[in-house]
Amino acid sequence: MLELITFSTLNGVLYGMLLFMMASGLTLIFSMMGVLNFAHASFYMLGAYFGFEIARHIGFWPAFVVAPLLVGGIGAIVERYGLRQVHKYGHVPELLFTFGLAFVIEEIVQMFWGKLPVDYRTPPSLDFVAFRLFDTTYPAYRMFMLVTAVAMFVFLLAILTRTRVGLIIQASLTHPNMVAMLGHDVPKIFMLVFGVGAALAGLAGVIAGPALVTQPSMAALLGPILFVVIVVGGLGSLSGAFVASILIGLVQTFAVAINASLTDLFGPTIGAALGDLGNVTVAQVAPVIPYLLLVLILIFRPTGLFGTRES
Amino acid sequence: MRAKIAAAAVAFALMAGTAYAQNIKIGYIDPLSGGGASVGEGGLKTFQYLADEINAAGGLNGKKVEIVGFDNKTNPQETLVQAQKAIDQGVRFLTQGNGSSVAAALSDFVQKYNDRNPGKEVLYFNYAAVDPVLTNDKCNYWHFRWDANSDIKMSALTTFMKGRSNIKKVYLINQDYSFGQSVRAQARVMMKEKRPDIQIVGDELHPLLKITDFAPYVAKIKASGADSVVTGNWGQDIALLLKAAADAGLQVDWYTYYAGGAGGPTAIKQTNLNHRVFAIQEGVNNSAPDSAQKFETAFRAKVGMGLWYPRAVNEMRMFAKAVTEAKSDEPKAVAAKLEGMKFEVFDGGEGTMRAADHQFFQDMYIASFGALDPGAKFDEEGTGWGWKEVGKVKAADTVLPTTCKMERPK
Repeated sequence: MLELITFSTLNGVLYGMLLFMMASGLTLIFSMMGVLNFAHASFYMLGAYFGFEIARHIGFWPAFVVAPLLVGGIGAIVERYGLRQVHKYGHVPELLFTFGLAFVIEEIVQMFWGKLPVDYRTPPSLDFVAFRLFDTTYPAYRMFMLVTAVAMFVFLLAILTRTRVGLIIQASLTHPNMVAMLGHDVPKIFMLVFGVGAALAGLAGVIAGPALVTQPSMAALLGPILFVVIVVGGLGSLSGAFVASILIGLVQTFAVAINASLTDLFGPTIGAALGDLGNVTVAQVAPVIPYLLLVLILIFRPTGLFGTRES
Repeated sequence: MRAKIAAAAVAFALMAGTAYAQNIKIGYIDPLSGGGASVGEGGLKTFQYLADEINAAGGLNGKKVEIVGFDNKTNPQETLVQAQKAIDQGVRFLTQGNGSSVAAALSDFVQKYNDRNPGKEVLYFNYAAVDPVLTNDKCNYWHFRWDANSDIKMSALTTFMKGRSNIKKVYLINQDYSFGQSVRAQARVMMKEKRPDIQIVGDELHPLLKITDFAPYVAKIKASGADSVVTGNWGQDIALLLKAAADAGLQVDWYTYYAGGAGGPTAIKQTNLNHRVFAIQEGVNNSAPDSAQKFETAFRAKVGMGLWYPRAVNEMRMFAKAVTEAKSDEPKAVAAKLEGMKFEVFDGGEGTMRAADHQFFQDMYIASFGALDPGAKFDEEGTGWGWKEVGKVKAADTVLPTTCKMERPK
């Protein structure tokens, strides 16, 4: 039992940190520009594919650095020449723009790399057993993912709270007009934030690619969960996104580990009323739980766990 | 005059239509994108190779066989859209294999289509969807299945497990849809009957082709203390499950249906479970007859993958035989020939397409995956490991009764 709890916690935190790498960018972009970026998970996918391609030719470590930069660059270009042009027509066109962009990126990826998963492997330098606990091994690569994610979180937090750039970003989150009045180039800051957000998603893709599966559907698989994270955490709240990511990571992993059925949880009377549904185990409904959480949060606390505003 | 021109135009269009339909088209409807794509692509290449083989030998009744691929994304609704699209393009034979939920929808569609369009019947050749219901309660005259159904496979697998005294605790993990549920139910029933001492320590259902990280499931298998895992997983669900097991160093025996699919062998090699992963198959390449080995060598040279589907070879060869014998590629005539057909199968021995339910019966083999014996020819995915025959069930012993009461055309 202890073994199961230990490994479920490790797996859950890891998955949560991966979610956070994407959710942080998404939530920053949303709170600044008011755009829910549907293409955010596509940047994650681009990161994985760029990582794969660069790793194949030069090696994993160059890919680790170059691929996120490339994705960040693409993100900045998308903001500068796409989103900014659409911005004047209001939020709905912006939303539709990112929505369309997600499909475009998926099609482009399929054109270049095909519909099949690509063989993106763990680099040999990280392909060993990190530690052995209760006779179960834990791969070094997963530890590396965890360390990268934590390092990125600390880095982001430091920039936002300790630097001038961070101050301006925080200010333009709430008072963009005032920041512009003070002589700061707000559109440039937007572009920067969008680029950095995309780069973070790209970084998540580079490191997640070998561990999960690098395939054209990877964006579509992860996208919906991201929205759950930022809504549960509270739109625009970085610490909220962090807590929600870890929470959802743990909930999903632990739900898999629970064998109890709904009848066991709620007692035989309610179980009988549920009929066949009563025999469904928690493990079986694990993938639905985050969405259930989303619905409950929207009903009882629309601002999210740490959010301050409703939209 | 105008009427004459119109008539000529119509006649011309009809002639063009017949010229266009010279090829015998087989619509291959399977996932070519999404989680099932890796196996779907492999299947498409296999069928194209088999069609080329028939065409190289002169085709069927002077016509060429053409495989047309349609992507159904492993989705029943999409399958029906693609099936209609195929029929609109002049396809009269459909083949599909991945996903029994898809197969059930397609079988139903074909039945209804044929009821509504007498004289334009369509046949459905099923090469891999193994939910028993398709040849039992939901059987259908226009559906033919070449793969042994799940009950047949589980029966053979559990008979093999009966003799393995090291099995004490078994963990079941399957995909959450009709096929996975039927595997788990049969595994429970048959193991109880054959080895009542075996304890089932876990019974898991997970979403179909959606999981990219099986680490939480593997942690659970590990914690259960199981010494063996039984799974009907296919496509990326078996490859990723084995990959996660390798990462966690899980040391158990695996009793599977489809460990041989794309990515499976690579993951098994990584787990270092030498001859501890078993699969039930209709043939084992390393001990197959010479003709089959020759075929596989040529197949690998051209297509660049192992032959996962010997049953596809049986399907296409029996189709060719039926068309030649009937001297017609009318689906109705072909179906009449296929029904009850006896055939020397790809891996040796006689197989029968049982007329009562259109289920094909042939010898089945249990194979284990590991280091190659001296003289063995085929490894998989460049791992240096390959399949070895460890058990065989005679065709006669695989026959299970059917509840099928099909409606036959008059």
